[in-house]
Amino acid sequence: MADALLAPQFEDRAQQHESAALGMWVFLTSEVMLFGGLFTAYTIYRTLYPHDFAAASPRLYESIGATNTAILIVSSLTMALAVRAAPTGARRATTLWLSLTVLLGLAFLGFKALEYGLDYTEHLVPAVNFIPPPGADPGPAELFMVFYFIMTGLHAVHVTCGIAMIAGLAAASARRRPIERLANTIEMTGLYWHLVDMIWIFLFPLLYLVK
Amino acid sequence: MTTLPAAVRQESYLAEGRTIRSWLLSVDHKRIAILYLVAITGLFVIGGFAAMLIRVHLLTPQGALVSKEEYNRLFTLHGTTMVWFFLIPSIPTVLGNFLLPLMVGARDLAFPRLNLASWYVFVAGGCVAMAAMFAGGVDTGWTFYTPYSTRFASPAVVLLLLGIFIAGFSSIFTGLNFIVTTHTMRVPGLTWLRLPLFVWSLYATSLVLVLATPVLAIVLVLLGVERLWGVGIFDPALGGDPVLFQHLFWFYSHPAVYIMILPGMGVVSEIIPCFARRPIFGYRFVAMSSLAIAVLSFLVWGHHMFVSGQSIYASMAFSILSFLVAVPSAIKVFNWTFTLRKGTIRLRTPMLYALGFVGLFTIGGLTGLFVASLPVDVHVHDTYFIIAHFHYIMVGGAVMAYLGGMHFWWPKISGRMYPEGWGVFSAVLMFIGFNLTFFPQFILGYEGMPRRYATYPAEFQVLNVLSTAGASILGVAYVAPLVYFLWSLRSPPTAAPNPWGARGLEWQTTSPPPPENFVAPPIVADTPYDYDHPAPEDPTHG
Repeated sequence: MADALLAPQFEDRAQQHESAALGMWVFLTSEVMLFGGLFTAYTIYRTLYPHDFAAASPRLYESIGATNTAILIVSSLTMALAVRAAPTGARRATTLWLSLTVLLGLAFLGFKALEYGLDYTEHLVPAVNFIPPPGADPGPAELFMVFYFIMTGLHAVHVTCGIAMIAGLAAASARRRPIERLANTIEMTGLYWHLVDMIWIFLFPLLYLVK
Repeated sequence: MTTLPAAVRQESYLAEGRTIRSWLLSVDHKRIAILYLVAITGLFVIGGFAAMLIRVHLLTPQGALVSKEEYNRLFTLHGTTMVWFFLIPSIPTVLGNFLLPLMVGARDLAFPRLNLASWYVFVAGGCVAMAAMFAGGVDTGWTFYTPYSTRFASPAVVLLLLGIFIAGFSSIFTGLNFIVTTHTMRVPGLTWLRLPLFVWSLYATSLVLVLATPVLAIVLVLLGVERLWGVGIFDPALGGDPVLFQHLFWFYSHPAVYIMILPGMGVVSEIIPCFARRPIFGYRFVAMSSLAIAVLSFLVWGHHMFVSGQSIYASMAFSILSFLVAVPSAIKVFNWTFTLRKGTIRLRTPMLYALGFVGLFTIGGLTGLFVASLPVDVHVHDTYFIIAHFHYIMVGGAVMAYLGGMHFWWPKISGRMYPEGWGVFSAVLMFIGFNLTFFPQFILGYEGMPRRYATYPAEFQVLNVLSTAGASILGVAYVAPLVYFLWSLRSPPTAAPNPWGARGLEWQTTSPPPPENFVAPPIVADTPYDYDHPAPEDPTHG
């Protein structure tokens, strides 16, 4: 066991890296299936109630949604830069890019919280204070908002997990842990972060841009 | 098949530490398999006890034991516990965990800590689910159909959903670990087409676990949200669609049936060649049929909804696809049968279980064709015919295979032999008790006795009494192995490395194996079914 970077169950680093990458991709596949169930249910109801969904969607804050889309796309860029910097041993650059990713993630969550607050004041929250839009069937219109909250809520949970992991990596990088040891984890976390970004890129038009 | 330095007897994984802590914090896949064994045995006892109470209650037409509400809770406890906390985890997490690294010649799974975490997640899910059912009482049945589960059932149903949701992550972690291990941890020379068939079946199972379980997770979330906040996700009065719930639920829960049976097929594919002393017939067909079953499992969920109001064209498509599953299943049965042909068959305990599996699975599978046919299904839908059909697959198939595998690998797991006479006795008893329990239920169902009722018309009593008598025999046949396996632990671990003269890699190391599994990594040059040529250490040869 001369190699301190090699877990005991593996024969060499290539095997270790291949296992980690495959494991992360399998996990991301299961994540796609998790959101896939939601997207399917959403699509079925939208097909059943196109008019009510079109009436309910414009009441969402499109500008906040668009801002958050931009934030997440930029955060994917900073994450990708961290993934590229880490194996080269560029510690300061890695720490910087990871920290920026964390800040952008927090900004996303901040805007999301602000938006939820505005949704509340506009009586858009199902089971709490929901008032249907004029001309729409109350049941299906409320259903749209139910899916909005479940889908964006589940996505926000994923963003939160991602921020926690990336913040941990940024701290480890800043505390002068061997950067090669972190590079693998940073790469795998990057894959996860990009998936979370991708899911939002589907959520934004599906929820905010229904016509 | 392998060249290996002479095995030196050394410390086994069981001797690595004797404290509770050394078990609860171990990342050794063999110890985690034992942790799972303890957990699922406990849960099996709970689920089995509920079944026993159900059968006692049904001795008389008006019900002999409990109130109707309690009866509903009992069958929910039985179904939920057996499906999610016994059948789905049983073979993969106990035998799979123990054997997969040994069978691919690795030191451990690819992610040992994730493996331990999945056990804790499983136990946490089990505790939450049991708390829901014992403290609150849930009476929805294991299928949670709306609107009953969301409008009328006790609030404890949300806690039960949470327990199953948590346990689902354990399934995903295990599936992920097995997939990666099969891809990246094989020793040199162990190509895909030299993998043991048990590994193929675990791989197919893992694909289903990883792809289907997340859909269950999300449908449980939707159900919980509807139950807690009264929004109408599946409520037609509020624009929701209750049939959508059934679609999403069965999109997981039908593939889940194959999660339960595929590993059992893998176990049987290991036992039969060993005790027939013949190479497995049609290796590639048996291996690929596991993958075919995994793929088809995702395309048949609608056969649960022939009378739920789905389109008749959808029903016709689902019916045809369900018939198609019979093809890879039959390929397996024919190949097992041909493996036996001209074999030197030894009727030891594991072989008795395996042969029982083949027969009972065939009955379960063929009656599956009855219920996949649209007109017949309308007649037998929600009757005891369905109960009998899936118990032939789940108990006659999956549980038989699990016990066969436990006997086959017990020397490897524990280092002890079980008492053969008692083993044969309980295997035969189980076959008799099983058939006496469930065969009358085919007739009951065909004659129209519906499932999930606490009472029944008096003309059904004789068959119900027969079924309860069979269940008592079955109960004894379950307790016996539990007793003699534990009893065998009293003697020192002196089992030979390869007491069955089997050819798999797991038999090339000591019984029980050392913590790192192999003293030196084995080298593989052939399939693990080379029974045409006697191995030097074969105790049965000559």
